Amino acid sequence: MIKFNINDTEVEVEPGCTVLEAARQYGFDIPTLCHHEAVAPSGACRLCMVELKEGDWSKLVASCIYPVAEGINIYTETERIQNVRKWLFEMLLAKCPASTEIKEMASKYGVNVTRFPVENPDEECMLCGLCTRVCEEIVGLSAISLVDRGVYKKVGSPFAQPTDICVACGCCVTICPTGAMRSRIEAVRRTPAVTLTPLAL
Amino acid sequence: MINGNTALTIDNVRLNSHTDLDALRQKIIDSHDPDQPEVLVCHGTGCIANGSKEVIAAFKKICADSDIDVKVMPGIKATGCQGLCSKGPLLRINPQGLFYQQVKPADVEEIIQKTIIENEPVERLLYKDPKTGEAIHTEEEIPFYNLQERIILKNIGKIDPTDIHDKIAAGGYQALAKALTTMSPEEVVAEVTNSGVRGRGGAGFPTGRKWQGALKAVEKKGGPVYVVVNGDEGDPGAFMDCAIMEGDPHAVLEGLILGAYALGAHKGYLYIRAEYPLAVKHLEMAMEQARAHGLLGDNILNSGFSFDAQINRGAGAFVCGESTALFTSIEGKAGTPRPKYVRSVEEGLWGNPTVLNNVETWANIPLIIEKGADWYSKIGVPKSTGTKVFCLVGKVNNVGLVEVPMGSPITKIVDEIGGGIPSGKPFKAVQTGGPSGGCIPNELKNTPMDFDSLTEAGAMMGSGAMIVMDEHDCVVDVGRYFLRFLEEESCGKCIPCRLGLTKMREILDNFSSGKGSEQDIEDLESLAKAIQDGALCALGTSAPNPCLTTIKFFKEEYLAHVNDQKCPAGVCKDLITYSIDPDACTGCRSCARQCPQDCISGKKKEVHIIDEQNCIRCGICMDTCKFNAVLVS
Repeated sequence: MIKFNINDTEVEVEPGCTVLEAARQYGFDIPTLCHHEAVAPSGACRLCMVELKEGDWSKLVASCIYPVAEGINIYTETERIQNVRKWLFEMLLAKCPASTEIKEMASKYGVNVTRFPVENPDEECMLCGLCTRVCEEIVGLSAISLVDRGVYKKVGSPFAQPTDICVACGCCVTICPTGAMRSRIEAVRRTPAVTLTPLAL
Repeated sequence: MINGNTALTIDNVRLNSHTDLDALRQKIIDSHDPDQPEVLVCHGTGCIANGSKEVIAAFKKICADSDIDVKVMPGIKATGCQGLCSKGPLLRINPQGLFYQQVKPADVEEIIQKTIIENEPVERLLYKDPKTGEAIHTEEEIPFYNLQERIILKNIGKIDPTDIHDKIAAGGYQALAKALTTMSPEEVVAEVTNSGVRGRGGAGFPTGRKWQGALKAVEKKGGPVYVVVNGDEGDPGAFMDCAIMEGDPHAVLEGLILGAYALGAHKGYLYIRAEYPLAVKHLEMAMEQARAHGLLGDNILNSGFSFDAQINRGAGAFVCGESTALFTSIEGKAGTPRPKYVRSVEEGLWGNPTVLNNVETWANIPLIIEKGADWYSKIGVPKSTGTKVFCLVGKVNNVGLVEVPMGSPITKIVDEIGGGIPSGKPFKAVQTGGPSGGCIPNELKNTPMDFDSLTEAGAMMGSGAMIVMDEHDCVVDVGRYFLRFLEEESCGKCIPCRLGLTKMREILDNFSSGKGSEQDIEDLESLAKAIQDGALCALGTSAPNPCLTTIKFFKEEYLAHVNDQKCPAGVCKDLITYSIDPDACTGCRSCARQCPQDCISGKKKEVHIIDEQNCIRCGICMDTCKFNAVLVS
């Protein structure tokens, strides 16, 4: 068992755990958006960041990937963490104004308005990548992927064409934290020859 | 390589011992007549762009067509970058050691006649001292060169990078032979550690410690272990690695083989950005020739140690210079970084222990092994040993490649070696470290260029690009430039970088148009802190640096933009107006003819007027006017 401290409280977990898993076991609150137990962690949304202090020195790490280690001191609510979260939520509110899930989570952490201009009022996708990860790891098809680089990044199918690789299993729609995949799925999957029953959707 | 004389053909015989290498070296040296004239033309990328290929072709043609006595027929060698790029195309004539600058194909005939045959310099092609106008004959007498300490760059500009024999004659592979025959791998690691050398790619991580980390990982979980060259030099303004790979590829290769020997690696990769085709070509040739001589591949120099490497080209992504993204790229996937909570020396290529070092770092290794850690550690300053190759670019008189001991003050590099800025005034700022670095103002011009001093000043050494700025460079615009660059190059995985950099850039765009307030500057700093803390990889965490250092050192300029709607440097287009000075204008119509907006009016011989409403501030009128009559306010 590995013993370490979260917010000055000693915790004890199995080796191989991540700090996020340990924190949630003990009921510490850490927000996440791109994390899901079914798939490997990605560390992309940065909402789960925690501060690791050692004497005078400290660094911020993504708790969903950071492996637990004996004796480390983790803090979840420091000034630096709150600053990161505040800006992340303001940017997310501007990027994905149509997502109620993001609005609720942001509000929980004290962010209700954003100073940034809204580009697309219908946007819900925050590029967490959960849909692509479930399609790769669980379904094993990789019908969708995160394509292009930087600000042009988006979820897409091969050659931006509807594809037969997609079997319309609905995993991506289910795992999507904001419901963005629901509207995208039609662009990805080719219309099947057989009409799917309502249950499949 | 073109030889005017009937050169001794040296076979590509496999070398099986240090003695074989020494014998070949002696043979090559003996076959070279030191009195035979030799023309070394710079074939570095900069001079090629300036026409040095045509100069070489002219030499080829004229020598072939003429009936010069075989005793004076010059050997013509295309070399790597000769360093003083702003005066290219450059060439050197041996045995006199004459240094010629700005050579054109039309000059070649005269050079052959006057210098080669009559042994007289062509005065107009000599370097002139900028203050006295006096002509200087040799490179060694030119301050730009003799103020430097060129140990990494020693052979670049002197040897033919496409001929391994040139490098062997200059001492190439002596370090490798020494290590394979007289040192154990542990001793090689110890020598590198004791030299104190730190990574030259920008982060400055102690190289010996990195290698030891890999060895520990191999002990813990087993191999294989890989060695990789980071040739993805992406910082705007940086071409040090370009010059090293193009001009002395064997230095990099020998360093890599030494590292492989030290770490027990048998396979290596050279990741070279696709935009450096000459570097790829020269390294491919170098590896082929090294293999033919038994210096690479199976059973190197009959030592029992085998190692080979391959070149992987990049595909245009700056982010692939980041180690974990570089590995995913070699693995065939899109270049995407991962957080380095588990270091690459433990889990790198395909999850195996991997040592990735920068081109210049690898090029340091043969020197350390040949001359020893003691010698190396005395160069530079205690915590940053050795030299550093810098690219001095921007508003500076002597643009080019500069190598100085670590710890040299900025003013030595910019003002003494660089010759100061063209206007003669003090420089405004020097940007070091590219998009991850910072701007250092003139007040701090005595800051030593070493890792720790620069970090203390809030900047960063980076890979070596030093962009010099004068009063016509706007710091807000510089901040925007680097953010725009990183917006394009971000991998897009994490939110702070993908969304945050755009937001920062949009705020700076507002400042540039005179919008925004002092509160926005505070918000910008807070957002920058969030990105520094929250981003996934070093591209993101260091992205706010240029902007933050300019706010720190040039706050008044930001305030002028937001409070007074003025751009003191005269750059931000929305805040400046172009006008014509009625006292200087001669009415020649030149500017009016060039204006893309057709917004300059005035009859011939009459003072012209610019219509401010339609003017797009492109600056073409200013460039065209021969009478300095166009003003910016």
